[in-house]
Amino acid sequence: MKRPSFWFVLFVFVLAGVLAFTNQNPFLQITEKDVLVNLPKNFPKPVYRFAGNKPSPEGFTLGRKLFYDEILSKDGTVSCATCHQRIAAFAHIDHALSHGIYAKIGTRNVPALQNLLWNTSFMMDGRVTDLESQPVNPITNAIEMDETMEGVEKKLRSNNEYRQLFARAFGDSMATKDKILKALAQFTGLMISSNSRYDKFMRHEDTLSAMEKNGLTTFRKKCTGCHSEPLLTDNTFRNTGLAPDSSLKDTGRGKITANKNDDFKFRVPGLRNIEITYPYMHDGRFRNLQQVIAFYANGANFGRGADPMLRKIGALSAKEQSELLAFLKTLTDRQFLYDRRFADPRMP
Amino acid sequence: MRAVFNILYVVALLFIFSGAGYSNFTNRGEVSIRFHHFVNNDRLILDSSVYHNRTGQEFTISKFKYYVGHIELVAKNGFVFRAKNYFLINEEEPISKNIHVPNVPSAEYVTLNFSLGVDSIDNCSGAQSGALDPVNGMFWTWNSGYIFLKLDGKSPASSAPGHIFEYHIGGYKKPANCIRHISIHFTEPLVVRNGSTCALDVVADAMKIMDGQTNIDFKTLPVVSDNKHAEEIANNYAGMFRLKN
Repeated sequence: MKRPSFWFVLFVFVLAGVLAFTNQNPFLQITEKDVLVNLPKNFPKPVYRFAGNKPSPEGFTLGRKLFYDEILSKDGTVSCATCHQRIAAFAHIDHALSHGIYAKIGTRNVPALQNLLWNTSFMMDGRVTDLESQPVNPITNAIEMDETMEGVEKKLRSNNEYRQLFARAFGDSMATKDKILKALAQFTGLMISSNSRYDKFMRHEDTLSAMEKNGLTTFRKKCTGCHSEPLLTDNTFRNTGLAPDSSLKDTGRGKITANKNDDFKFRVPGLRNIEITYPYMHDGRFRNLQQVIAFYANGANFGRGADPMLRKIGALSAKEQSELLAFLKTLTDRQFLYDRRFADPRMP
Repeated sequence: MRAVFNILYVVALLFIFSGAGYSNFTNRGEVSIRFHHFVNNDRLILDSSVYHNRTGQEFTISKFKYYVGHIELVAKNGFVFRAKNYFLINEEEPISKNIHVPNVPSAEYVTLNFSLGVDSIDNCSGAQSGALDPVNGMFWTWNSGYIFLKLDGKSPASSAPGHIFEYHIGGYKKPANCIRHISIHFTEPLVVRNGSTCALDVVADAMKIMDGQTNIDFKTLPVVSDNKHAEEIANNYAGMFRLKN
């Protein structure tokens, strides 16, 4: 048999390359521009600065595929996106407690994923202190994905598509724990929500209604002691005054520090997109924001160990409560919620 | 002879335009389908009402919502009216329990058909709005599609964290196809007249979800949220609807 000529082989390769390129859905295509780290003008300096992990279109694309791939879990049924839904700012909409592998139920509500570059710690109890190593927790947790990092490496190494993606992103087709985590950090780190109406108002790009402005005034008087602007969290751990759920037995931060004073404290969450991350609180016990506001507006609700800051809230009139609600809804960032860069690459 | 043909021709035309044997499309009314949620013979009240299952396990319900689609009204004469759209019936939102079906041709209807679930076409059509908007909390992922029915609550017997139970049933393809087609026959025909609104009262008995072909025990099966056991529960909910007396 005659060997195919060099030019023929080259032609086939070029053709394949062109086809692969034109085959890309423009909605899902990630460009250099898409991975620029655009820090919002009204935000402080981030904690995670992509040191040694500058986002690239290839790294981000790999991170996105990993985020949406059930391959990360032991039995191939659970992905990051199973609980972190884009439409809900990557919280799990309408689920009080997290869902994991083998139809297991966790003990906490799924937090939204946004503005992670500014987090000084991760998980509601703050057990993880850097963005890159965070995914190890859900991947290896027995009721979340029940996999080992070695197991993930092995599966990805024997997968041709992943070998190509790793080669493109890191110049080496061999999947390693380090590369997996770096790619995921490129994807999750760029989940920056800073275009809510509140943000635009702060940057003098949009206006708020009188009702919303009144709500902001109340918010600044009563809530920013913990939900400090502009990130709407001060990154601390606090006891919300909720009566502990006797069956969940979740002592929160106390379990990590082994300090009794930290019992039942949880990380103060940022509040962007709060409107669509229902239900609320660390165990998802409140189904809507009205219930959350009503809880904080009545000091009699606060149990033992409640954060002293809560006492400063005092009673809120019905008018103040509805204004506060109107303000909280200005924190919804549709640009972020519908950002095509974070869409499921398998989406039809 | 020619005259006879002319008369036959006119009669045929009249027959066609009068809609005999077919519904008259110029006369239309509205049908409102009202869903009433029960647990056995008791009205379903979220969170506060305590119920007991067949084995005596106590429980409360915190959430009950499901998709209804492919609504059909079948007339006595065989005419079938089909309504488009999906409806998300949610106990938490009273307004959602009342479906308005407009432009229903006047006829005597004897059967209501609908499906519980979202079919494969609508499961794979990309971003949707209205009842199928993922914001409604009834969407898993692009891979697994929509949750057709959610029944959440608490039971001291449950072995899950927080003593909760959650039955999230969905899946439109193997290994679990959970779409169920419901057919309700009326003893008295539903007569839709021009410009009128008539109501159909349908009961959904949430107890049937856990108590049918398969009895669900809160201790051994507090959570169903993937394809395992999903079809057993789907077979149960297929029988949860009946016409209200």
